Parts: sequence; structure tokens; C-alpha cells
Amino acid sequence: MRVALFITCVNDTLFPDTGRAVVSLLRRLGCEVEFPKAQTCCGQMHVNTGYKEQGARLARHFTEVFSGHEAVVAPSGSCAAMVREQYPRLIDEPVPRVYDLSEFLLDVLEVEDVGAYFPHRVTYHPTCHSLRGLKLGDKPARLLSKVRGLELVPLGGAEECCGFGGTFSVKNPAISAAMCSDKVRNVLDTGAEVLCAADNSCLMHIGGTLRRQRSGVRVMHLAEILASTEAAR
Amino acid sequence: MSTFLGMPGDFPKNAAKAVQDSQLRFNLRKATRTIRGKRGAVVAELPDWQELRAAGKAIKDHTLAHLDTYLLQLEEAVTAAGGTVHWARDAAEANRIVTELVQATGENEVVKVKSMATQEIGLNEHLAEQGITAYETDLAELIVQLGDDFPSHILVPAIHRNRAEIREIFLREMPDAPKDLTDEPKALAEAARLHLRERFLRAKVAVSGANFMIAETGTLVVLESEGNGRMCLTLPETLISVVGIEKLLPTWQDLEVFLQLLPRSSTGERMNPYTSTWTGSTDGQAFHLVLLDNGRTNVLADEVGRQALRCIRCSACLNVCPVYERAGGHAYGSVYPGPIGAILTPQLRGVETELDASLPYASSLCGACYEVCPVAIDIPEVLVDLRAKVPHKRAERAGMKVAGWVLDKPVRLARAQRLAIRFRGLAPRRLPGPMSAWTDTRDLPEIPEQSFRDWWESQ
Repeated sequence: MRVALFITCVNDTLFPDTGRAVVSLLRRLGCEVEFPKAQTCCGQMHVNTGYKEQGARLARHFTEVFSGHEAVVAPSGSCAAMVREQYPRLIDEPVPRVYDLSEFLLDVLEVEDVGAYFPHRVTYHPTCHSLRGLKLGDKPARLLSKVRGLELVPLGGAEECCGFGGTFSVKNPAISAAMCSDKVRNVLDTGAEVLCAADNSCLMHIGGTLRRQRSGVRVMHLAEILASTEAAR
Repeated sequence: MSTFLGMPGDFPKNAAKAVQDSQLRFNLRKATRTIRGKRGAVVAELPDWQELRAAGKAIKDHTLAHLDTYLLQLEEAVTAAGGTVHWARDAAEANRIVTELVQATGENEVVKVKSMATQEIGLNEHLAEQGITAYETDLAELIVQLGDDFPSHILVPAIHRNRAEIREIFLREMPDAPKDLTDEPKALAEAARLHLRERFLRAKVAVSGANFMIAETGTLVVLESEGNGRMCLTLPETLISVVGIEKLLPTWQDLEVFLQLLPRSSTGERMNPYTSTWTGSTDGQAFHLVLLDNGRTNVLADEVGRQALRCIRCSACLNVCPVYERAGGHAYGSVYPGPIGAILTPQLRGVETELDASLPYASSLCGACYEVCPVAIDIPEVLVDLRAKVPHKRAERAGMKVAGWVLDKPVRLARAQRLAIRFRGLAPRRLPGPMSAWTDTRDLPEIPEQSFRDWWESQ
């Protein structure tokens, strides 16, 4: 199956390892991965900060780049939710079907066991736009539960926002940090070595706090855990 | 909408101050999580909750679309039942009408049922200027009034106070409070009860709001927990109700949906203890209805924002909001705090002040409010829409323009990425200016050696 990868501007610039993990995972599962080079950004930051016109321009560019691709996969719940929920309100152009990675694996490829190996204690933060926007439910947990060696421990207050919220994190830094400190406390309470999520923006925020506190807990995108195999170690 | 200032600054400043108050944080966390849990349990009991929610939304949308017709029907029914209907365009007009009605009775004090609309227009303050004393009779409102304080929650106005603080307020401000008053909830309630009984028996005029108005019969409906509202509604010789025009329902059958939605969403009860309904004047009681616009017609004209008028003031959105839980109600500087306040206040009051312009940003857009809203108000959608309408700071506008320019063309993005990579060794641990808000509490991610798109090319 041919898949177009929407890497997202944040992953492209700051977290290329996530993109490489998606490519290797999808290839391992027999997909032909394409990377339309004209892609840039979904426009979420602009729209959600109140710059609708610039956001709409990026949205139109996105639909132009990805129209004609039967499946678009994005390793970001938040950007996928932006395209699916906000584009129809923002622009008139037909919106390409964008899947979050776990949706694509479970609903399109219909695989739950992706053949991954990751012998660590992991907790999962379901991120707001994956949970309440895309309604991913237990999909990421189902994928993680099939990873060999992985011990999945439940996260207290999992459904609560980490406080990132894009520009919210700098416009309301005191509240954002207070929300994150509660999230971090819940993460530390699990005793997990790794905090996993399907969105690097939230992980950048929580991970940045975990690192500032010298907590020793790593953050990893779901794709990177699913791409890990015994052979690769 | 009159200016109601819990705190003077913009939301981020108010919130930054509130978040340091450990007592407030503790009180809010405990109270919101308790109500949240109760709500979750009673909502989960109903297999048709989503259908009820859709029905609530549909009824409100229909009513709002035909508001002109139903308002006239209501006026006719209230008048036929011996009541008098007054139309108030704004806060000043409503305050003047109520003041004149009270003055006509020759009285100089009124008792009040808890009412958001009268708080919105600053009625108590206006009456005080005219020499009329308004006594709040809802227990939490009484606590707020005695403490010379502002409400911080729609349903639980004194949510920011715990029982030890309430005991202190009673001992200080209530002359008839027993000297050996403890902070046991029962003892506090008993002290308030004795204090209020005397007021109820003396009062000749009452002022109320209403949760619903039923157009077909001209009936007003109040839902409450304490029974103090019923005392206010029934004992005085004159009853004046100030109600927002959006509180209308066409029929009693419509009310059935909301009597299920409201208690479960607000107090987390299957049914509230007291539901009072009244129609027009009765023997021994004259009735006046003041219909309040105060910006609502403007909200109705906005295609996206008008859904805020569906609100039934249950406050479920406050109790799940992670921002409200940490900032408290006063930070919003309005009688309507929390997520619903963040979309209602700027629409009713405009976005001219720094505070009002900052309210649409008082959210991480986590969507928890939309999920629990019993009339399915898509609060994040309205927040985002309002953000496009408020004035933006010059530096931010410039930053967004540059970001937009870079992201417009993949070539520019790739160049910017390579530039960042070339200077990655120079990235400071702490950022200057407004971006220091990030590095104050968080480390920056390391800039990688290669962007994804350059890796893709190189493979």
C-alpha cells in the first residue's frame, strides 16, 4: 500500500527520529512510503493563536500537496485533528483523509502486533487531541500491549491536559507550568522509565520539564517504540 | 455588561498570582474534583445521555432561531396571568427598572435568590447607591456578600473558601452568629439559616433570576438546593425577576429534557431538591419580569459565537477545566468564569480591555469542556474564532508573519532548518524576552543534526 507521510513541521525540524521511525515501521509492514516534498505545516499554530488567514493559506497549501494521495499518515494527533476538525470550517477545498499513526495501523492495515521489541517500563499519556479530538480511545494502548518486553503501566490523571496547548504555554506560562507539574508528578508516580505519547509537542513540554528536574525519565514518540525491534538492537 | 473586576490585571497576570495561593489551589482542587466525580457517576447511569444532550442543543438552537416569536408569546402569557413585562436593552436600563419598581413599593430592602443576571448587571451595587439594601439568601452568595468578596464559580460562588474561612467570616460579619460556632458544615448551615429566616419574614420585595422561562404559559422556573430560593419566591409581596432573553423554552415538554440535563451536570444529582415554578401574579403577590438583552442580541448575530447562548449555567465546564482549577474564578474578572466565561464575557462585554482580550486565550484547547457540556457548546471552536477577532500585540504579529513566510514555501523551511542546525551549538539554555516563559520551567529540545526532509533526501 502507498502511504504519503505528513511529517509535520515540528517533527521535521526538531524530531526527525520520529519520522525515520514511522518510515521504517511502515516499510517493515509492507507499505511504500512517499514524502511529498512540498509539504510544510498544517497551520495549527496560526489558526489557534488567532491568525486565521495565514492558517488558511497553509491549509490550502496542505490540501494542494496531499490531494490525490489515498492515505496520509501523520505522527501527530494534534496536527491530524487540525486537518480533520478545523479544515472544513476554515477552507472550502476538499480535505484529504489524514490518519494518525495508530489509526492507520489498526483501522487501515489492521495490525495490532507490529513485531516490536522494547524491554522497558512505559507509561502512556493520551494527549488531548488524540483523546478528545480524534477519539483514539485505547488504540495506542492496544499497540503498546503487543510490544514484546514492554511493561505498560497506567498513568494517573491520564486524560488531563499536560498544559502545552501550543502558544498557551508561553501566553499563560504560570498555569501551563502548574498543569505540567501535576502531569510530571503522575508520571513519576508510575515508576516508568519512558513516557510515551503520539504527539511530540506535548512530549517536548513534559519532557522539557522532566529534564529540567533531572528526573531520569525519557520521553518517546509512539512510533519510535513501535519501530524498535530485537534485530535492530 | 457592567465591569465586574475580581482582579485588576489581564488573565495571565491574575492567574499567575492565583496559582501561588496554595490554600486556593487546595480548595479548588478538592471541590472541583468532588463535583466532577459525582457528575461522572450520574451521567454514566443514563444510557441515552448523548441523545438528551443532542435534544438539549436542538431545543435551544430552535428557540434562539425563533427568539422574537417566543419572546412575544411569553410576554403575552405573563401579561395574561397578571404579571408585568419590562424590556431592558442593557444593564443601566435593567437596573433603573428594578430600582423604580422597588421604590414604588416604598421599601428600602430586598431579598435575593441567587441570580447570575443580576450579578452581570451589578444590581446590588446599583441598588446600594439608591439607598436600597439587597440581601443574598443563597448560602454561598451570603458567604461571598458577608466576606465583601466576589463569586468565583457559577454554581458554587464560594468555592474558593473552605469551612474554616467561612466560620471566620460568619463570626466577623454575622452579628447573630453563636459565639461558639464551629466549622462543622451543619453548624455553619444552622447559623446561616437563623440569620436568613429573620430576613425572609421581614422582606416585602424579592429579586430573582430564573433558570428557564416557558413561552407557552409564561411560567418561570428556578432550580435550587437549599429552599431559600422558594422562601424568596413565595413570601414577599412583590417579586421582580430579571432574566436573560436566552433563558426561554417553548413548551413544558422541552423543560423535561433540561430537568434531566441540568442537575446531573451541575451538582451531580439525579434531581435537585427544589424546583419552583410560578406564573404571573397571585393573590398577595405582584409579579414583574425584566427581560434582559445586555449584549445577547449581538451574540445571537454571530454565527459561531451564538452557541454560547445555549448555556444553562450548569458549570460542568468549570469543574473539568484544568485552567480554571489552577487559576480560580476571580482571574477571569467576570461573573462568568471558566471556559464558558472565556467565550461569553468577551462576546457580551467586547474585547476593548486587556483583560477581556486575554480571555479567549485562557485555555489550552484541551476540549474537556466541550465533552461535558450538556448542550454541546463547542467551546474550543468559539475560543479559536474569538482569538481571530481580538487585537494582537505587535511583536506577536511580526513573529507570526515571519513564521508564516517561512512555512509558506518548503524551500524557505528547509533553509531555516539548515540555518538552525548550523548554529545549534549556540542555542542558549535560557531564552530571552517573551520566550523566556518557556525556559523558565522547561529545558529546550536539542536541535538535531539533520532535519527529516534532509535525511529523506540523503537516504
